[in-house]
Amino acid sequence: MTSLRALATGACAAALASLCAFVAPAKAQNYPTRSITMIVPFAAGGPTDVISRIVTAHMAQTLGQSIIIENVVGAGGTTATTRAARAANDGYTLITGHMGTHAASVPLYPKLAYHPEKDFEPIALLAGTPILILARKDFPPKDLKEFVAYVKANAEKVNAAHAGVGSVSHVSCELLHSILDVKPVGVPFNGTGPAMNALVAGQVDYMCDQIVNAVPQINAGTIKAYAIATPERNPSLPNVPTTTEAGLPAFQAQAWNAMFAPKGTSPAIIASLNAAAIKALDDETVKKRLLELGSVIPAPKDRTPEALATLVKNEIAKWTPVLKPAT
Amino acid sequence: MDIFANLAHGFAVALSPINLLMCLIGALVGTLVGVLPGIGTIATVAMLLPITFGLPPVGALIMLAGIYYGAQYGGSTTSILVNIPGEATSVVTAIDGHQMAKQGRAGPALAIAAIGSFFAGCVATILIAVLGAPLTKLALAFGPAEYFSLMVLGLIFAVVLAKGSVLKAIAMIVFGLLLSMVGSDIETGASRMAFNIPELADGLGFATVAMGVFGFAEIIRNLDAGAEMNRDLVQQKITGLMPTRKDLVDSTPPILRGTVLGSILGILPGGGAVIASFAAYTLEKKLAKDPKRFGRGAIEGVAAPESANNAAAQTSFIPLLTLGIPPNAVMALMVGAMTIHGIVPGPQVMQKQPDLVWGMIASMWIGNLMLIIINLPLVGIWVRLLRVPYRLMFPSIVIFCAIGIYSVNNAPVDVILAGVFGLVGYWLIKHDFEPAPLLLGMVLGPLMEENLRRALLISRGDWSVFLTRPLSAVLLAISFGLLLLTVLPALRAKRDEVFTESEN
Repeated sequence: MTSLRALATGACAAALASLCAFVAPAKAQNYPTRSITMIVPFAAGGPTDVISRIVTAHMAQTLGQSIIIENVVGAGGTTATTRAARAANDGYTLITGHMGTHAASVPLYPKLAYHPEKDFEPIALLAGTPILILARKDFPPKDLKEFVAYVKANAEKVNAAHAGVGSVSHVSCELLHSILDVKPVGVPFNGTGPAMNALVAGQVDYMCDQIVNAVPQINAGTIKAYAIATPERNPSLPNVPTTTEAGLPAFQAQAWNAMFAPKGTSPAIIASLNAAAIKALDDETVKKRLLELGSVIPAPKDRTPEALATLVKNEIAKWTPVLKPAT
Repeated sequence: MDIFANLAHGFAVALSPINLLMCLIGALVGTLVGVLPGIGTIATVAMLLPITFGLPPVGALIMLAGIYYGAQYGGSTTSILVNIPGEATSVVTAIDGHQMAKQGRAGPALAIAAIGSFFAGCVATILIAVLGAPLTKLALAFGPAEYFSLMVLGLIFAVVLAKGSVLKAIAMIVFGLLLSMVGSDIETGASRMAFNIPELADGLGFATVAMGVFGFAEIIRNLDAGAEMNRDLVQQKITGLMPTRKDLVDSTPPILRGTVLGSILGILPGGGAVIASFAAYTLEKKLAKDPKRFGRGAIEGVAAPESANNAAAQTSFIPLLTLGIPPNAVMALMVGAMTIHGIVPGPQVMQKQPDLVWGMIASMWIGNLMLIIINLPLVGIWVRLLRVPYRLMFPSIVIFCAIGIYSVNNAPVDVILAGVFGLVGYWLIKHDFEPAPLLLGMVLGPLMEENLRRALLISRGDWSVFLTRPLSAVLLAISFGLLLLTVLPALRAKRDEVFTESEN
């Protein structure tokens, strides 16, 4: 027993010593000296995970250290984000946050254990996934104008599917409804898969969903798309008009993904991470893979930490009035 | 396109050395995952997904698919040997499987589980290849109302499962339903019965409760009841490793029926495999000449659910392969694996990615062959495990369970909760409550609630929707019929025979 305790004490001391050893050289000029953990608040294989992996694989080459992705799921990504907010601010724990964890969560979760603006240092905006207005293939309206008129006239009758409270499909449809000033019934599903199944089967009328899941179904004609909620058309769906073209410019939404560090991480570290992220976004292979997913790559002026800080601020302001009454 | 040409193409893809290796790795990992209690397929596929990013997409998916159906083989092992279901789908296997083990017939139980799984796997593979596209319609025909009615039927099955008092079985189902309601409300996101514990925000995990009420409770009871002595008896009683001719004859019809039931229910997204195993068990118990044998080591009670869960695990690929829509969490991860390789599955995936689709279908048959070759010799090793003295065995089971539970969410709270459920489970055993209906209630609870609410949201609160939709009405009629059997006093004598065992 005594020897065991001695062993444990020894192990603790060793751990402390190694911790000190890490703290000391964590200055920017030789950052990073060991591998970096990137927390992804969603399951492996989802849009945020895929974007994180594509970008960090390139960043790791630039930084000369590996970046390990850790998928931490639960409570709409807020579990992982809370963990990241409490992590050491030495630049070795980062998080890929998104529209949900760093904006919509503020009105959605009144007891949120972190604040997206106060507890994080923004690093860079990575990529966004555009949102589409989709409907079952035999839904009467033929284009977005008819859709708007139809939903307004039949707000009592139509059903909007979404992938669960707080999901991108939920919050973006809430935004659409607040713009149209209607409150149709929202039918919750457990994830986008079952929601898409219900839309293909015609059990629900429409939904707002990210482009990745929808492209093959639209191309196969099992569902139809009215518009894409971004300023420009997307190369993977060249025939789908933008909301601006189709007459509903107010509806702009994309599930953006961005990299954050815990509050207090040194500006030099932020700068080197930002530079590595920008370099990754400019790489042809990275660009090609992101575009294949239907993602939108931010323009150079939107890639600075300051631009991301502004984005988070604006997004919180955008979602708060939309989602507050819903909860 | 000719089906044989497609299959030949698929086998050509699946038989390439790299894909064969991937299939073998998948089958091995799947068996391991199934055997280790608590470590589920979702967690494993999620953990292994990043590794597959460096592999060719077909190989990666063949491996992930192998893990998924391989776990169905392994899941029965701990159910039979130590009464701890490794997967939700092998909960019913524990009922008769563990009784068989106690009678020294662990070998035949394990072997028949593997043989049943293999047969079901082969049939389901052919079914996917031949009827995949038309069967897709079934997945689309099932709306919220139909699901709700199916879940009602599932809960009625749970009553039939009980070998003791019907009232106690119903109490357990209701308790299971209550437990399933912990977590966030699906419609409003409001927190229910979570007591501000963040780990409970997403609800109680199946593994946590199953390990508690089955695993830990069983251990406490064994220690309490002087297990050493009982186990010595078990060791002396071990008769043969392989099923006898009579066992095989007895098991053939249940395997056939289980395969049919499993294949149909597997196509339905979400929970299909679990209901399939319960339904197959119930069907056997209803058809048996002497239902009293069930719960006391009837080999049919192992053969049917194990065939059903494997058939279901395989036909659940149909919506993914024909529609491109993942029917459950594991499939969603596979879609993630495809996405990362730039393949986004959709309704045209069969035409656009014939290598992938037919390669995967062919690999399933090869994988099943590998699994039976892996699993039959393992039977001897597993049975020998029973000879390990219990004082060494129980700490290892506790540790494996604890690791398994922790690995699901990396949450220490889950392990503590499992301990609490162990005590609850011990109390339940002591008072003759059975844990299987509780777990079924817990698995079906969320599906039932969500679909009830969805159906009523869509119908604007009109309950008649459950009766006006034909599929739903038929399912409810069957449920009602089963319930009638238990309630009608005129049928009381028969009910006692079917639903309960004599009070002894």
